[in-house]
Amino acid sequence: MVTPQLSPSKLYSLFVACGLIWAGLLTYIVHSFGFIWYIALTDGIVNSILLAAACWLINNNLRYYQPGKGSYMNLLMWCLVLAGICTAGFRGIIPYLSSSQAYMNFIANSLTIRFCTNFLAIGWMAMISMLWYSQLDHKETEKRRSEAEKLARDAELYNLRQQLQPHFLFNSLNSINALIGFKPDEARRMIHQLSDFLRGTLKKDDQLLVPLSDELQHLNLYLDIEKVRFGHRLDTEISCDKHCGEALLPSMLLQPLVENAIKFGLYDTTEKVTVSIRGEIDGNNLVVMVQNPYDPQTSRPKGTGFGLRGVQRRLYLLFARNDLMETHQNDNIFTTIIKIPQVI
Amino acid sequence: MKRALVIDDEPLARMVVLEYLQQFTDQIEVLQECNDGFEGLKAIQQHQPDLIFLDVQMPKINGFEMLELVEQAPSVIFTTAFDEYAIKAFEAHAVDYLLKPFSKDRFNKAIEKYLAQSPAPAQQTKKTEELLDAVASSPAQHERIVVKTGTKVKIIPVQDVQYLQADDDYVSVFTQEGSYLKNKTMNFFEQMLDPRYFVRVHRSYIIAIQQITRIDPYEKDSHLAILKSGAKIPVSKSGYVKLKGVLGI
Repeated sequence: MVTPQLSPSKLYSLFVACGLIWAGLLTYIVHSFGFIWYIALTDGIVNSILLAAACWLINNNLRYYQPGKGSYMNLLMWCLVLAGICTAGFRGIIPYLSSSQAYMNFIANSLTIRFCTNFLAIGWMAMISMLWYSQLDHKETEKRRSEAEKLARDAELYNLRQQLQPHFLFNSLNSINALIGFKPDEARRMIHQLSDFLRGTLKKDDQLLVPLSDELQHLNLYLDIEKVRFGHRLDTEISCDKHCGEALLPSMLLQPLVENAIKFGLYDTTEKVTVSIRGEIDGNNLVVMVQNPYDPQTSRPKGTGFGLRGVQRRLYLLFARNDLMETHQNDNIFTTIIKIPQVI
Repeated sequence: MKRALVIDDEPLARMVVLEYLQQFTDQIEVLQECNDGFEGLKAIQQHQPDLIFLDVQMPKINGFEMLELVEQAPSVIFTTAFDEYAIKAFEAHAVDYLLKPFSKDRFNKAIEKYLAQSPAPAQQTKKTEELLDAVASSPAQHERIVVKTGTKVKIIPVQDVQYLQADDDYVSVFTQEGSYLKNKTMNFFEQMLDPRYFVRVHRSYIIAIQQITRIDPYEKDSHLAILKSGAKIPVSKSGYVKLKGVLGI
């Protein structure tokens, strides 16, 4: 079998070399039957060119079309037909090139054996091509699969990093470090909050729908930690009636919105900040509104950060709609509203 | 006795520094704690401290932006939780920094290092300036220019900038509302601003290409760029080549 390391150009020359050897061999055989070199050479060349054409044809066919397990019969038929055409073509062309009666008789007698050798050669070519291309195909599939796996791994890694939020984590640990000295009880409480929050983040499955009340509970852990960090600067208002606490939404969907609100609220102003989260049922939708103060003078007008774009993308992937998230900016208040259709 | 400030927006983070500093009460005195860069700036001007503990991520203006506005920067020990870019810059310029949460041992080392080298504050200041120049080219710093007008701090989003003009040791930043002086070099701004939107067309001028309405030939080998505001900016021979490159003409 041909080794797969061969480059296409090498393969091509190999093919040409085989053709030349074939032609040489034929010439020699015909000459050994007592014909002059001119006739023998013509015989060899014409036969080889026709055969090469047939081989090229079958090879090309197999490149674009890999026969399934059941269609080897088809392939066999193809080889037979091609061998037939080759032989007939040879029979048709030769009289134009040579008029020796003895040679004509020789051809008539050797047609069967010519057909057989042609068939064998074409069949051999078909077999090699098939193995070659199926191997290429296999390699290609393998490559694609490993690429897809790598992509998935990268995405997973990215998600993990996002979930861990190094900035938040290290700052929280620093706060705990401070509390240990003079308020050990609060330090202990904060460790528990941080652990619960991290555990909740890690075990959450993106695909899952969870009740709003669960999601808010998880967010509360996060907000409580931030309140310890930022002391009196941060206030939160969460309102959601009992009815809408049962409404379902994709897990971890609100987290980036609230992070964004905190980030803009706390880092865009120096005053006291109130972040509010409100849940409502509107018809068949769960509507969640997140508000934070911001400074229109210094905020980048492009406004929607990576977090918000991620939320929009997720909503699109889940519900195939682009109108489920909107943002408003007025009176120094930034509002993000998301709608989650309730499937009942 | 060294005089110090602690600038961090998280009260608990300041508390850690104060607690760790108790060991050094006879060498370092904390004058004030500051909640953000504005307070920090005011306190630095008021007290002229020898040393500041400075958080990087703070509201409105970050630690680096605050330092840019300080005329005579004191020695700085940066404290930060996580900022890959800043950490690289600290390492490159051998400025001391503490990664939160830091241990008492690590903190003591930083203090001891500071106390040992403090006779040469000029060198420290130079290092800090180099650091600020390095940080200026970080992607996060591309978006705004922080300037001081009198006692107030003004944050100019870069999209509001029309052009910059060299002015002795300063650079004037021109916006629709007026111009602001910043104690930086043209090279600093050339580094900092996104080259897709800002071109240095002349030794003394950088313009926002969106502001250009037309370019007229002027004297031999030079041109004049006319901006939307009506300002006429000289364009040198090499500046014209750069401008053509960015505009794709």
